[in-house]
Amino acid sequence: MYIRAKHIILLLLAFLANVSIASAQEPEAKAEAAHEEEGLDMTHLIFHHVLDSYQWDIVGWEGENGEEKISIPLPVIAYHDGKFLCTLSSAFKDGAKVSQDGLVWYMGVPEGRVVEKLLVDTPSEKAVRPSLDISITRNVASMWFSVVVILLIFVGAAKAYKKTLVPHGAVNALETVVLFVKDIADEQIGEKSAKYVPYMLTLFFFIWINNIIGLIPFFPFSTNLSGNIAFTATLAVGTFILTNFNATKHYWIHNFTVPGVPFVMKFILVPIEIVTMFIRPFTLLVRLFANVTGGHIIILSLISMIFIIGSIAMSVPSILLTLIIFVLEIIFGALQAYIFTLLSALYIGLAVNDEH
Amino acid sequence: MDLLSPEPGLVIWTGLTFLILIYLLGKFAWKPLLGAINEREATIKAAVENAAKATEELKQIEATKARIEAETRKERDSILKEAHALKDNIVEEAKNAAQQEATKIVEAAKAQIAKDRADAMQDLRKTVAKLSVEIASKVIAKDLEKDASQNDLVEKYLQECNFN
Repeated sequence: MYIRAKHIILLLLAFLANVSIASAQEPEAKAEAAHEEEGLDMTHLIFHHVLDSYQWDIVGWEGENGEEKISIPLPVIAYHDGKFLCTLSSAFKDGAKVSQDGLVWYMGVPEGRVVEKLLVDTPSEKAVRPSLDISITRNVASMWFSVVVILLIFVGAAKAYKKTLVPHGAVNALETVVLFVKDIADEQIGEKSAKYVPYMLTLFFFIWINNIIGLIPFFPFSTNLSGNIAFTATLAVGTFILTNFNATKHYWIHNFTVPGVPFVMKFILVPIEIVTMFIRPFTLLVRLFANVTGGHIIILSLISMIFIIGSIAMSVPSILLTLIIFVLEIIFGALQAYIFTLLSALYIGLAVNDEH
Repeated sequence: MDLLSPEPGLVIWTGLTFLILIYLLGKFAWKPLLGAINEREATIKAAVENAAKATEELKQIEATKARIEAETRKERDSILKEAHALKDNIVEEAKNAAQQEATKIVEAAKAQIAKDRADAMQDLRKTVAKLSVEIASKVIAKDLEKDASQNDLVEKYLQECNFN
């Protein structure tokens, strides 16, 4: 227990160091700036962390020429107007533009947005988002990193069973979690669960590992993939598809006729049932997105308090509060993965079983 | 708002990655892992069942053992009893036989003794008669010729008179 607490504190310190390096330049660069403006800078800092990015920042500092940072350039892949762009994000460094096939690609903050996005100027239009932007962003890179981690963990664990049927230590602990998730599927879906168990297990660990990656405050972690609405939406759509494509006749009859209620009531209940079909995955995506992103924003805000108030004394309550939230976030990371998986299993169970 | 607008690029990559991850994990992790766990469950179940079966068998064996022991004890007791009876019988018979033999020997001895006594008496009588005759002849030797008829007469008298 002591060791774990020590690790958490170490992680937090590293986290603080990272954030302070990244943000230190702001108050110094505009030493006389108003508090309001500093607050805005913090907002930008937080959003820069919480949202996606075209490159992966490792560390930043205040250099002789202003802001300096080490970051990994990531591939920028986009399609617009019949033309492909395929380059590295370093091509857009310091506001550089890439002209290609009559299109001018560049990074800019679109209307009503906070962070930079890939924009394109065509002969007819200015500053539009490309019709398809499938760049390997920080979140995508982080996701692939998590995939490697997950594969290493679980394929490794599966290999341990070739030697013995009763593995010890970490694999044994892992097995407990795997069986825990499998039991969720078995309990909610019943005898048809075998088909969905791989989905449930993958879902749970994909979310959980990415939650953990998001909480570790240094490269190559600290991305906010599982708090990105695109990520949660995709997983929710997965559950929606599995639910409705495998549903029994009974499920559809129930949803569209609502048997056993007075005829007039059906005018109210049928629309409710149909809306419910869509609300269920929607709640899944919003819950995960809001919890994870909320956690990140709270932690970053508490740390930012030190710089907004500009007092060393503030660091004591700020760090203490951050520590509490951080521990909570570690719990929530597992809890949100559990809830997402449990509710997915529940919805699928309701659809694929005849009896309720 | 940036936070609430899903980027199509990330949706595509997440979907693709997730599908591939499900496939890879399903094939290389969940299948062998759950397979091993199921196998282990089956092994444990079989082991427990076998243990129960073995216990049951052991119980039966114990019962059989106890039964056989009881039977053996009974048999031993009966054999012992028989042996005792047999022994008593044999001893009795031997006693009887010995008794009979002894009686026979005694009787034979008695008969022999009687016969020997009779013989001896006969010899004695003869000898006495002879002596008597000799004495008598010596007494009346000069009177009486050595006549064979006189010997016969003595013999005749001897036969007639019984010493008993």
